[in-house]
Amino acid sequence: MITLKKSDFEKILKHAESVLPEEACGLIAGDITEDGKEIKKIYILTNIDHSNEHFSLDPKEQLAAVKDMRANGLTPLGNWHSHPESPSRPSEEDKRLAFDSKASYLILSLMDREKPVLNSFRINGDSAENEGLVITE
Amino acid sequence: MLITVAGTKKEFEDGLTVAKLIEIENVETPQYVTVTINDEFIESGAFDTTVVKDGDSVEFLYFMGGGQ
Repeated sequence: MITLKKSDFEKILKHAESVLPEEACGLIAGDITEDGKEIKKIYILTNIDHSNEHFSLDPKEQLAAVKDMRANGLTPLGNWHSHPESPSRPSEEDKRLAFDSKASYLILSLMDREKPVLNSFRINGDSAENEGLVITE
Repeated sequence: MLITVAGTKKEFEDGLTVAKLIEIENVETPQYVTVTINDEFIESGAFDTTVVKDGDSVEFLYFMGGGQ
């Protein structure tokens, strides 16, 4: 299980909607406990691909985020990105570029603008496992 | 010499290249790693020739990308 505060979900959603039709992306950090992962901070980064089909994190912003995590005692947990026009599941490219099998990959689907869907996956090669994302108050 | 790797101070021998440091630190998927020294980004083609100096701070950034 992995938890995300509702306020952070709303930040991700608001940003992802604001950059449409491009994909949005960022990082997540928090704690790993016996019960799973707790996302304590989300980072909104620039998608330097500026594409509706691809994303790459801005390396300078990534560096700043990594330093912020360290300064705040947070564990890097993975990343998030949006799918403006497809479901909340890892694409073939998502799987191909997922190099860390322990990381969480959050995918926000905006395919149905009225019903955004956010899921978290662990990806290992060709297989993706839904981690069971819980949004908390 | 003393350098800081991902926030941790470590002792290394002088003359250490970025490529050797990647090897010593067992960096995963090194072909997809971006390296900074004192916040300056190092071109991947220069990993073999860039020497880390005493007091430097090195970060490894892992490429993250994908697409729908």
